[in-house]
Amino acid sequence: MSTTVAENEHPLIEAQKLDEVVIRFAGDSGDGMQLTGSQFSTTSALMGNDLSTLPDFPAEIRAPQGTLPGVSAFQVRIADYDIHTPGDAPDVLVAMNPAALKKELEDLKPNGVIIVNLDEFNARNLAKAGYEKNPLEDHSLDKYRVFQAQIGTMNRRALEGSGLDNKSQERCKNFFALGMVYWLFSRPMDASIDFLKKTFARKPELADANIKSLKAGWNFCDITGLFQVRYEVDPATLEPGVYRSIHGNSALAIGLVAAARQSGLPLFLGAYPITPASDILHQLSGYKNFGVTTFQAEDEIAAMCATIGAAFGGALAVTTTSGPGIALKSEAMNLAIQVELPVVICDIQRGGPSTGLPTKTEQSDLLQMMFGRNGDSPLAVIAPSSPKDCFDTAIEACRIALKYMVPVVLLSDGYIANGSEPWKLPEVLDLPSIKPTFRTDPEGFQPYQREAATLARPWAVPGTPGLEHRIGGLEKEEVTGNVSYDPHNHERMVHLRAEKVARIADDIPEIEVFGDETGELLVLGWGSTAGSITGAVNFARREGLSVSRAHLRHLNPFPKNLGEVLRRFDRVLLPEMNMGQLALLLRARYLKDIITFSKVQGRPFSRTEIYNKIREILEPVAHVN
Amino acid sequence: MSTEAHTQIPVPAPAPKLTKKDFQTDQEVRWCPGCGDYAILSAVQQVFPELGIPKEQFVVVSGIGCSSRFPYYMDTYGFHSIHGRAPAIATGLKLSRPELEVWIATGDGDAMSIGGNHLIHTLRRNVGVKILMFNNRIYGLTKGQYSPTSELGKKTKSTPGGSVDYPFNPLGLAIGAGATFIARSVDIFTTHLKDVLRRAAQHKGTAYVEIYQNCNIFNDHAFTYMTDKDVRDDATLYLEHGKPMVFGKNKDKGIRMRGTEMEVIQFGDGLSADDCIVWDETVDNPATAFLVSQLLPPHFPTPVGVFRSVEAPTYESRVADQVHQDVAKKGPGDLDKLIHSGDIWTVHADHTIS
Repeated sequence: MSTTVAENEHPLIEAQKLDEVVIRFAGDSGDGMQLTGSQFSTTSALMGNDLSTLPDFPAEIRAPQGTLPGVSAFQVRIADYDIHTPGDAPDVLVAMNPAALKKELEDLKPNGVIIVNLDEFNARNLAKAGYEKNPLEDHSLDKYRVFQAQIGTMNRRALEGSGLDNKSQERCKNFFALGMVYWLFSRPMDASIDFLKKTFARKPELADANIKSLKAGWNFCDITGLFQVRYEVDPATLEPGVYRSIHGNSALAIGLVAAARQSGLPLFLGAYPITPASDILHQLSGYKNFGVTTFQAEDEIAAMCATIGAAFGGALAVTTTSGPGIALKSEAMNLAIQVELPVVICDIQRGGPSTGLPTKTEQSDLLQMMFGRNGDSPLAVIAPSSPKDCFDTAIEACRIALKYMVPVVLLSDGYIANGSEPWKLPEVLDLPSIKPTFRTDPEGFQPYQREAATLARPWAVPGTPGLEHRIGGLEKEEVTGNVSYDPHNHERMVHLRAEKVARIADDIPEIEVFGDETGELLVLGWGSTAGSITGAVNFARREGLSVSRAHLRHLNPFPKNLGEVLRRFDRVLLPEMNMGQLALLLRARYLKDIITFSKVQGRPFSRTEIYNKIREILEPVAHVN
Repeated sequence: MSTEAHTQIPVPAPAPKLTKKDFQTDQEVRWCPGCGDYAILSAVQQVFPELGIPKEQFVVVSGIGCSSRFPYYMDTYGFHSIHGRAPAIATGLKLSRPELEVWIATGDGDAMSIGGNHLIHTLRRNVGVKILMFNNRIYGLTKGQYSPTSELGKKTKSTPGGSVDYPFNPLGLAIGAGATFIARSVDIFTTHLKDVLRRAAQHKGTAYVEIYQNCNIFNDHAFTYMTDKDVRDDATLYLEHGKPMVFGKNKDKGIRMRGTEMEVIQFGDGLSADDCIVWDETVDNPATAFLVSQLLPPHFPTPVGVFRSVEAPTYESRVADQVHQDVAKKGPGDLDKLIHSGDIWTVHADHTIS
């Protein structure tokens, strides 16, 4: 692209309407692609589009520049209708260097748009990305629409005289690219300009430079007519209300604060930094004026133990971690089960085993949560289905913990933790009320005397006169809580602890079937697969296939009608980002065969993958080729 | 934030007159006959009623091991937790309820082996808890393996050829971790032990007390080199703040500095108590306390008493201060505002957006 700005007429380009578009921003991990993508998302949200985002970044903070492992990407899907996923294949790929092009190209739709930063396509960078020939010159991209721009060069020119050094100028080039994409999709720049002014309030020269880059990118497209086409995506017809765009981890943090308020208890978070859960610790540490205490412990074990200590003291006690952290916390989680104190354990799952894929998503901690402890040690397990659902699920986890005096595990994952979507903001008055009770009456007090309905033992916090008692990991005598090695007492206690968790089933909604109540195929999901399953099943039903869907939020105990629902369908398909962990539980519990659809690539299911699987099951012949 | 009446924690009542009996439980004490733990239990049960604190404000937290059965025998709130984790549990408790009087009972294996990490981090944070570390230099409850404080060459069930790893110096370790209060006493030094416990009780930050405790089953006579009546006075150095470091049956020996080291002097020949170090437990620089922690038999008497007592803000007070400052700065949290923060937009009934 060698056209200079002055030589061009102002082209008049009519904008074409699209119902949706998927854009992937990709560049070096230092190129600011996460910020660029989230800026585009915010602007689109404010325009009223429905949207869903999927960041994908390397575990290394700064992998070697220009290499494939260093590529950081952010995908956003915007639509004028209700969507459930960040989209399968992108329509537009912004590639800030050859590595980004190489790594992300395979997903791009045929005839998709590629915007490349020509400056970076030099011999050295091409070699680093593993290109033998320059893909911009060898016709390998002929099935796409490629737009080349010297983004770096033009950005530097735009910032001449800004007084910034070269490095700082270079850091603005993502906003130049953003300006280009804003132009292509007819987005206003105001929200990003406001953001830059706020972010760099103390460094106005940086705000000015980035704003200049943003506008320069926009103007470049406007004047040169680079794209020869322009798009619009109308607002979605979302339900009336007040909205904001929310990440899963953020919704989870706010949900915990809400649960604290609703229960009248101070919130205590004991946590050790771990990807992808740390953002919850960061966010809650900023909410001290809500009476939130955050404790960054020396290790995962201490985080869990401090959480138990805070629960003993009468706080709404929560810990946040990921799979490897759970492995370390297991012994203490078992202590919480034994002493029957209310704690909430949030596991933001990532790819395993061991350190695995820290920044990639997976749902492979379910069995660890169910069984990864010595002895028969049940606890409650629930899972949010989308970023915004983390808010409600956090409140539900706290409600169950406080009502049943039991540890509750909340299984989120990297996909919904870092993904975002519009959230219709709830009214505080409509939030569920949680009513924990501290025992204060010494008359007839016994530490392990249970409430008839819930089997919860009394919460008698230290400082209460007359209720002095001892708890601990040794087996407790029923009612008195004294240490007991009596064989029959032990058996009763094992059953009581199990029964207490089982009874939660009386207190949770039945699972709902969307589509036909009976039929050939039910697609069952749990956790973050909800969006892809919904999209795929809706599409399949429009195609006339006999398929319904249902989604599990409560994984232990299961909703009471689950077995009956499963039996109503000839076949049950269960997509899981693991090797079939929930399927194993369902088969064992309901003796119903389950078709596992497993994906363990560190990436969420696409709608297409699930749709194709549905077709394969329902129309096997059509798929033989 | 609204606080419902049903989760109100009672305001501490004025302390009634309490006695040792008030702190005894109905649980049968199951330590071996002759165990040093009995004497420690008795000392604690005698000191607690003197502190003027209502019984319900006490919480005794422990880990795993013989020492960690302690909470069952104290009629206070108690938490017999898991191996090594008592300091972590106590930290969470103290952060959520700073007004409580939290004591930890632990042992050499519990505190310094499996729970070493929690111990040092509790000390460096200066959490307002008392840590009673019963050091019997052996694993008792698992029936006699060497511990991280067992002397080099210790022959046990797991080290038939003698242990080959160097032991920890528990007080040196605590000083290195930044402890603000460090003391040592011995199970059978009844009066001394109670004095040390009272001092620990008065300390605002982490009070770390090593108590030499005889395990008469698996490591009997571990401390007789200093506890036997006939050697005690010559083998023990009682640290007393403001007084010269003098010891011996006839008070005729002392400790003085020579260069950068400490040495024992015999009085006479122009040497007297005036030549000895005047003990100061309050010096901010922990170097002297560390030197004293390294005084070991056979060349030195074993120091007991308070090694270090300096004032520093407690962890829980700093944490609470930040909460209070944040409330003062931003006002009490408003959930509705929090939910509505960030970039928000409204979808109106006619589907217009603003």
